[in-house]
Amino acid sequence: MKKLDAKIPEGALSSKWQQYKSSVSLVAPNNKRRLEVIVVGTGLAGASCASTLSELGYNVKVFTFHDSPRRAHSIAAQGGINAAKNYQNDGDSVYRLFYDTIKGGDYRSREANVHRLAEVSTSIIDQCVAQGVPFAREYGGLLENRSFGGVQVSRTFYARGQTGQQLLIGAYQSLSRQISTGGVKMYNRHEMLDLVIVDGKARGIIARNLLTGELERHAAHCVVLATGGYGNVFYLSTNAMNSNTSAAWRAHRRGAAFANPCFTQIHPTCIPVSGTYQSKLTLMSESLRNDGRVWVPKSQEDAKAIREGKKSPLDLSEEQRDYYLERIYPSFGNLVPRDVASRAAKYVCDEGRGLGETGLSVYLDFSDAINRLGKNVISARYGNLFEIYQKITGEDPYKVPMRIYPAVHYTMGGLWVDYNLETTVPGCFALGEANFSDHGANRLGASALMQGLADGYFVIPYTIGNFLAKEIRTPKIDTSLPEFEAAEKEVRDRINHLLSANGNQSVESFHRRLGLIMWDYCGMSRNADGLQKAIRMIRELREEFYRDAFVPGTNEEYNPELEKALRVADFMELGELMCIDALNREESCGGHFREEHQTEEGEALRNDEDYAYVAAWEFGGNPSEPILHKEELVFENVKLITRSYK
Amino acid sequence: MKITLKVWRQGGKYKGEFVEYKLDNVKEEMSFLEMMDVLNESLVQKKEQPVAFEHDCREGICGTCSMVIDGQPHGPQKATTTCQLHMRSFKDGDTIYVEPFRAKAFPVIRDLVVDRSAFDRIIQSGGYISVNTGQAQDANAIPVEKDVASMAFDAAACIGCGACVAACPNASAMLFVSAKVSHLAMLPQGKVEAKKRAQAMVKTMDMEGFGRCSNVTACEAECPKEISVNNIARLNREYLGSVFASEKIV
Repeated sequence: MKKLDAKIPEGALSSKWQQYKSSVSLVAPNNKRRLEVIVVGTGLAGASCASTLSELGYNVKVFTFHDSPRRAHSIAAQGGINAAKNYQNDGDSVYRLFYDTIKGGDYRSREANVHRLAEVSTSIIDQCVAQGVPFAREYGGLLENRSFGGVQVSRTFYARGQTGQQLLIGAYQSLSRQISTGGVKMYNRHEMLDLVIVDGKARGIIARNLLTGELERHAAHCVVLATGGYGNVFYLSTNAMNSNTSAAWRAHRRGAAFANPCFTQIHPTCIPVSGTYQSKLTLMSESLRNDGRVWVPKSQEDAKAIREGKKSPLDLSEEQRDYYLERIYPSFGNLVPRDVASRAAKYVCDEGRGLGETGLSVYLDFSDAINRLGKNVISARYGNLFEIYQKITGEDPYKVPMRIYPAVHYTMGGLWVDYNLETTVPGCFALGEANFSDHGANRLGASALMQGLADGYFVIPYTIGNFLAKEIRTPKIDTSLPEFEAAEKEVRDRINHLLSANGNQSVESFHRRLGLIMWDYCGMSRNADGLQKAIRMIRELREEFYRDAFVPGTNEEYNPELEKALRVADFMELGELMCIDALNREESCGGHFREEHQTEEGEALRNDEDYAYVAAWEFGGNPSEPILHKEELVFENVKLITRSYK
Repeated sequence: MKITLKVWRQGGKYKGEFVEYKLDNVKEEMSFLEMMDVLNESLVQKKEQPVAFEHDCREGICGTCSMVIDGQPHGPQKATTTCQLHMRSFKDGDTIYVEPFRAKAFPVIRDLVVDRSAFDRIIQSGGYISVNTGQAQDANAIPVEKDVASMAFDAAACIGCGACVAACPNASAMLFVSAKVSHLAMLPQGKVEAKKRAQAMVKTMDMEGFGRCSNVTACEAECPKEISVNNIARLNREYLGSVFASEKIV
């Protein structure tokens, strides 16, 4: 692999993107008609990218493993989308959004990319309103905003608790319009299983038709991956069941560097695990921490008694409760950032003071707020969340304190991309959660939707021209090229390998075991011994998987178990890389907490001297021997300071 | 809890029949789909083909899960998708019938999985506002009355699961179509194309083989997002208005 070049334009931070747009190569309309682009994934990034490229005149082929592009997991985002509109006249600006994102990411993201994100954020809101997204409004008919996750301005636009759904439907409808014009050819129920590279450029994919099992070759002048994050490597997460890393991982194996894989976000307020059959975790919006107080019993005995049903939390007096966030972080209290709140919950549970059958949950108590404000006010603010909670747990949070525990929610790491959103494989682009670029080591609330749509609507339509302008003389790519044949054969061999093991254990059980290893050793807090142990365990598990997994049925049919097996196989390689990356990064920053690197008070200790870089891993021929490339992060506009919430 | 399941199996070695499965260790905290996971895990252990069913987000928003449970799309709990239904809604010893959504326009793919792409084709025929990226004016340029935005949201909350079609004795898609027509027609941005949209979407709905609406309103009762049949009334107004008052007929 060549040396990493982020291709950041020259000039002042605030003028880079303007200048780039004025000078980037353009593709004339008559040439766009002859160029083909493959887009994989139909979430916010994929759908917005595909519809916009089609509007510009490119021929676009879009792939999703779902039955419809509208199912992508962007749909589940609750809270909102940030934009530096400053409609509230409260001092917001592009610079402030840029600064908050860099600081919130604990100074591990690229200044130029983040500034561009903040710049285009305002156009996103305009676009979505024009599409008919029913954002919340004030009585005068103008858009309403709320504040979110620790920032000091109100810049979050929202559509009740279903902002992701409404934005995705907007993008899906734009995509549908392009499908009807013929500019987009849509392939539902098709899963990308390999990237095809011809003469060093990404020229197509191998996709499996999930209804028939047929392996199909699809060619294009370039390939855009908008395939989401890899949180499901932990088995239990707030991701949808089918979210997976396979498309990104296959691109990695073909030469795309994977950046900062250990940066995962663990969200503090999720409904806790209730049993081994549990399949996924449900997020409870962060906004609950505005009025809920987090506590556990002061003594292990009380905690034990509650776990065994001998006592109820209501039996405990104020003196017997430990409001630990308020105690340790008096100035931020229950509103400390996600990573800090998550770790604190883990510590009190590790001390044996956790609640619930598993001992892995803490209370989020609304009784003070109900006494102070009345049940009606609390119900108006959080009624739908309380309902969801009651549906899942059968408990009434108006009467007994809610139980919460942290869960994996988002992955900041992803495919390394330069300023053009191009990976280290020329012609292969990565957008949205699939890339690594904007959130550093920790993502702020309501910024994922912003990034997905920024990449798809307003960045890639320009930057893809930089690549395609040089391809106007390239004829249609032929799928009978030997590179396609070889890639298809490799995929077929992989499938046959999985089907022929004919072992005794289900794929699901392997996934669950992998998740436990990742959660225990590469989760909320990590240390060198644990990570080394995890790497050994993952290698053994992988070996056992190929020997003893049982995948029923055949390739030539609708076979969800086979789909799962292919995904879990890739997770088992990625999991090892995450541990290797976490082991390499001898510092604590954002979502990555190394126990060896903390202050005397137990807070994260960053090491800007040695680790202010992006760790971009090249596939080294086998999953255990990745090659590290470093992109040094240069901060010309912000000063690196330590976050403090005491 | 002990639960007996009678599950519709179709495809592979099954021609189309109910197959009985007994589960002994069902916990009431389990979601319905987690119970199906446990069943499938046990089938895989016996090296049998697991029951195919679709699911994804498991938090009631993606619209992927389906299933008719004891005769009701998404089961007995009101305003709840199958993935959010929990076993505490059932009793020890219950026998539960599980079937796919049934409609001519939703052909069965395997077991409980049906093809709902007809919904996508309806949206493609006009369920959008024609605006290219970058053409939009400032978001606050056109005020929208708070209540109107809220009503538009209520219609836009549809998750496209198809329960309305499965609930309807005529397998009509009127609730789905009307929700989209209403969502867009109520907003000033969507008014420009409202007439053409209503006609085009109704035409596609008919072509896809969905039945006619005869005001049974089972769709509303079974809708996991409580989409109102008032939307159907609105669609009828939009449609009739456009057919009689528009110069153009799609």
